[in-house]
Amino acid sequence: MIRYFFLRLTAAVPTLLIIVTATFFLIHAAPGGPFDQEQTLAPEIKANLQRSYGLDQPIWIQYGRYLKSLAHGDFGPSFKYKDFTVTELIAQGFPVTFTLGVIAIALALSIGIPLGTFAALHHNTAADYVTMSFAVMGIAIPTFVVLPFLGLLFGVYLHWLPVAGWEAGSMKHLALPVIALALPPLAYIARLTRGSMLEIMRAHFIRTAFAKGLPAHTVIFRHALRPALMPVASYLVPAVASIMTGSLVVESIAGLPGIGRYLVQGALNRDYTLVLGMVIIYSTLLIGLGLLVDLLYAWLDPRVRH
Amino acid sequence: MRGFVEDAARRLKSNPAAVAALYLMSAIIALALLAPWINPNSAETLDWAHAAARPGMQSAHWFGTDRLGRDLFVRTLAGTRISIAIGLLASLISLAVGVSYGAIAGYLGGRADQVMMRLIEILSGLPLIFFVIFLTVIFGRSQYLLFLSIGAVGWLTMARIVRGQTLSIRQREYIEAAIASGASTRRILAKHVIPNLMGPVVVYATLMVPQIILFESFFSFLGLGIQEPGASLGTLIAEGVGEMETAPWILLVPGGFLAALLLCLNIFGDGLRDALDVKEA
Repeated sequence: MIRYFFLRLTAAVPTLLIIVTATFFLIHAAPGGPFDQEQTLAPEIKANLQRSYGLDQPIWIQYGRYLKSLAHGDFGPSFKYKDFTVTELIAQGFPVTFTLGVIAIALALSIGIPLGTFAALHHNTAADYVTMSFAVMGIAIPTFVVLPFLGLLFGVYLHWLPVAGWEAGSMKHLALPVIALALPPLAYIARLTRGSMLEIMRAHFIRTAFAKGLPAHTVIFRHALRPALMPVASYLVPAVASIMTGSLVVESIAGLPGIGRYLVQGALNRDYTLVLGMVIIYSTLLIGLGLLVDLLYAWLDPRVRH
Repeated sequence: MRGFVEDAARRLKSNPAAVAALYLMSAIIALALLAPWINPNSAETLDWAHAAARPGMQSAHWFGTDRLGRDLFVRTLAGTRISIAIGLLASLISLAVGVSYGAIAGYLGGRADQVMMRLIEILSGLPLIFFVIFLTVIFGRSQYLLFLSIGAVGWLTMARIVRGQTLSIRQREYIEAAIASGASTRRILAKHVIPNLMGPVVVYATLMVPQIILFESFFSFLGLGIQEPGASLGTLIAEGVGEMETAPWILLVPGGFLAALLLCLNIFGDGLRDALDVKEA
């Protein structure tokens, strides 16, 4: 198992390298450059700027230089935020996005799994229908509609919670963005758990557990839940990807100082290094999570261990 | 085949949520298509005398106007039209690419299948948004390329489903029986493989439409999709968010339409899946 884990870990490095390379050449191939927005720039000044950032060099040399500085843990300077390095920008915004994401995923799991189990155990009753109706709503209605609607209701009309702002991450300011972010994965997890729980409860080993006289809660929590969580475990990576995408709009609506804005703005501004830095951060997180999910799988299902 | 379709239709009719969703969805689509004849206001005319006017049936602007005095009823329904059009077109692209890719991989099997599926695995391991952002960055912000790029990335799930179905259908006893009774490959594909593929393909195509509408409005919301003065539900919502404390209807009208449309499409797709008895992927 440990050997397998290290094998996967070493396989992650070339994957990451391919992603970085593809992104590097794609964004450099895009028409326009980082200094095009400032139209007043005299050609000599633009040439000077490009020289100082090494943009006048052939693309292969730029690529080599970038990889070399990357190997030293340096993401390079940002082209648009002139006085900042990409590392500084990410270091400032990442804690915000990370806090938001971690709370959202924790919320989605800790409510979604019990909700799905509850619905499965009350299959085809009103409780099941109500829960699943909420799940459909959570899946269907996009985050950028849910968050403003929540803000309108709880912020503008009821005055319970602030609509926007960060305020050093106070719980009050985090509440609405986190709920909006957690809702789609929560609904999806509830649905997955319900589906697999329904299937597991019909399995022979559950019938056996009941037959030997175990109380219902022991059967459900000790025997049924663990295998029923397999689909949820494999959904974790897409769930985090969906939270990452969701945080782009949530941060912009709620005015949170996270890293979400850098991806879209960086790409539009041709801020090459910033986009690459963001892609590296996001892909590393997802690949790392994929590894963790593999470990989780082995724990949930002993048959996977090898 | 006929009996199968009738069966599915009967089961669909006995699902009240799916039927209600179908009616509401049809009403929204009909309203979107007929809007130019229902309300004579133009989507781009600025009515400065009634800027940010409240909604009301007695005024000329039933759903109110935005900051620039543009009629929200007309703009929202124009946005709905664009969103639905992009949703359908991009779904068709995904459908065509996904079904052919998946069927080829599933039919060839072996090493070709492994390589083709590995590619899908790598692509779907990354957040979709990177691709579309890059595509819009490279090709520029054009709505035609937007639906093309969304369609081009939406095919992954479809390809995987079709490939899995093709593989499992090929191993069924009735295929073996057909081969044993001397049926040609063409006949087997036409009579056995493709009809059995139809169920899941129809269901996932139906469920893909709301997903693609969601993506489109997401990109328009971020300012990467439809550009002013054109309107999509995403751009209208983005506009409404800025005004929500003083003129909440600018947010509520397009937001309500998008939420209702996506909800109906999802509920109907789920109903169709149950009616056609397709297993959840």
